[in-house]
Amino acid sequence: MNILVCISNVPDTTTKVKFADNNSRLDVSGIQWVINPWDELSLTRALELKEDASSGVQKVSVAHVGPVTSEPTIRKALAIGADDAYRVNTVGSDAYQVAAQLTEVVKKGSFDVILCGIEFCDYNGSNVGGMLAEFLDYPSVSGISELKISDGSILITREIDGGKEMLLVPAPFVGVVQKGIAKEPRIAAMRGIMQARTKPIHLVEPVAVEPLTDIQSFELPAPRAACKFIDPDHPEQLIELLQNEAKII
Amino acid sequence: MSVIVYIEHWDNKFKKLSFELITYSVKLADMLGTEAIALSIGNVPEQELQKLGKYGIKRILSVDNESITKFDSQVYSRVISEIAAGESAKAIVLANNNAGKSLAPRISVRLQAAIASGVNQLPESVSPFVVNKRVFSGSALARIHLTSEITVITLSQNSFDLVENPAEPVIESANVSLEQLSSKIEIKDIQKQTGKLLLQDAEVVVSGGRGMKTPDNWAPLVELAELLNGATACSRPVSDEGWRPHEEHTGQTGKIISPNLYIAAGISGATQHLAGISSSKYIVAINTDKDAPIFDAAQYGIVGDASKVLPKLVEAVKVMKSS
Ligand SMILES: Cc1cc2nc3c(=O)[nH]c(=O)nc-3n(C[C@H](O)[C@H](O)[C@H](O)COP(=O)(O)OP(=O)(O)OC[C@H]3O[C@@H](n4cnc5c(N)ncnc54)[C@H](O)[C@@H]3O)c2cc1C
Repeated sequence: MNILVCISNVPDTTTKVKFADNNSRLDVSGIQWVINPWDELSLTRALELKEDASSGVQKVSVAHVGPVTSEPTIRKALAIGADDAYRVNTVGSDAYQVAAQLTEVVKKGSFDVILCGIEFCDYNGSNVGGMLAEFLDYPSVSGISELKISDGSILITREIDGGKEMLLVPAPFVGVVQKGIAKEPRIAAMRGIMQARTKPIHLVEPVAVEPLTDIQSFELPAPRAACKFIDPDHPEQLIELLQNEAKII
Repeated sequence: MSVIVYIEHWDNKFKKLSFELITYSVKLADMLGTEAIALSIGNVPEQELQKLGKYGIKRILSVDNESITKFDSQVYSRVISEIAAGESAKAIVLANNNAGKSLAPRISVRLQAAIASGVNQLPESVSPFVVNKRVFSGSALARIHLTSEITVITLSQNSFDLVENPAEPVIESANVSLEQLSSKIEIKDIQKQTGKLLLQDAEVVVSGGRGMKTPDNWAPLVELAELLNGATACSRPVSDEGWRPHEEHTGQTGKIISPNLYIAAGISGATQHLAGISSSKYIVAINTDKDAPIFDAAQYGIVGDASKVLPKLVEAVKVMKSS
């Protein structure tokens, strides 16, 4: 069984975003790019499964849509432990265009489980995984908080309103993962970093796909009105304000 | 032309979110000069379907197909797409919740329709179709042009006020001509709490952070939430420590909520925490540190010890309720 983990690189979560060219694009100067934390956790879980002989997982690959400048992100994934990588040589523009490119990667290999993270730090929403599944006509499950594979059976736990559901899914399938999939992301060790240098990155030429969205401009949200402070010895004044000024209780 | 709005049900019942979706879709249809059509999948009783009429929907399609027995995004997205195509939908509206988030991308590919996910307002214009939405974890807003013929919109919960606009809806049973409607996914087990107010449905949320010091200090926080008919939440370190259950964790890596009132006790206000709560209508912060960043996001603040302030708030709410 082979696992493919799709990875995106996103601005480090503490980045204060700024915009350039009349607020028409993200100002990338000074941005520290990191692997999307969810993708890092998916990769960690995939590697844990591969190390467990009873899972039957033989290979863990990663796929990324991005120009050559994003190779450090891919090398990092290889250093953490992925066996090989695919890079589609184009700039990702929207979820639709990225998913269409990833479809080509999946068609090139033989993957049973494809994992995408909830892309939470940029503008794509959590759409790439579901789009990829539809392009491939594979079943998909989102909100996955646990993934177990043993003797070829894939068992997942997904969050539903008010609880969780345990599902048995057929291969191949696409999973969109969230919190819980792995505890802590793995950190690359020195040995991994050395090995990553010689691991293959397969270059995939992009297919011609038009994105469906176009960002016209960005704006920083208007600052909230200054906070009104209430005397800590008289918190009942807060209740009064919530009731009569804000009118929300 | 039409606007199709998919209305999920919970044990054959609708909730406030369902009516928010109807209100939004009726207004969107107005902007497009067309009519909104609600789509329900499953055997929701007619009397429940009628409730949607209160918010202005005039036509409801109900798909009750015996081969569809459980939620599967692959199957449901086929059904919704086929019906949307049959009704020449210009826009498809879903909730930005577990189900909506798994359906929207699949529908998008089937219909080559651009997605605007997690919007909280009507589009700025429909020709061209331009929406405003939060990006980069809520730290910026973007104006996004959806260039496709058809658009898919997922609406954030509690972000759009209900507007009553009574109509007598016509309920039609609809069917789909698709094959392979049976799911390839097998449900092994479901664990569900019933009767508990879901965090994402709550209009008031009282949340605790590391400044609460120990799990034993939670009693007044829970009591305050109960008195205000609200739910409880927490910051990530609190759920990581096991002080509170994981479902309560809000923020970038937890739940994203937009209640009317969010009370943060002993929470510093890290960007990752704010990402999950910054669209709350009102934020109240209780913190010993007057420079804590949470006060920049809050409208009301109390600089003080949460374990002393919370019991006083409980008392004040009791007084308010009894007067
Ligand atoms: C990739 C990533 C994702 C993350 N995702 C999330 C997320 O989704 N949600 C989240 O919450 N965090 C998240 N974090 C963690 C986040 O950065 C903060 O560490 C976390 O939110 C801090 O939690 P806290 O406010 O409870 O604790 P602290 O930052 O320790 O703050 C405690 C606060 O309590 C105050 N205090 C102390 N004593 C008292 C008292 N007696 N009464 C009142 N106030 C008191 C202090 O002044 C302080 O402001 C994430 C971090 C990373 C790197």
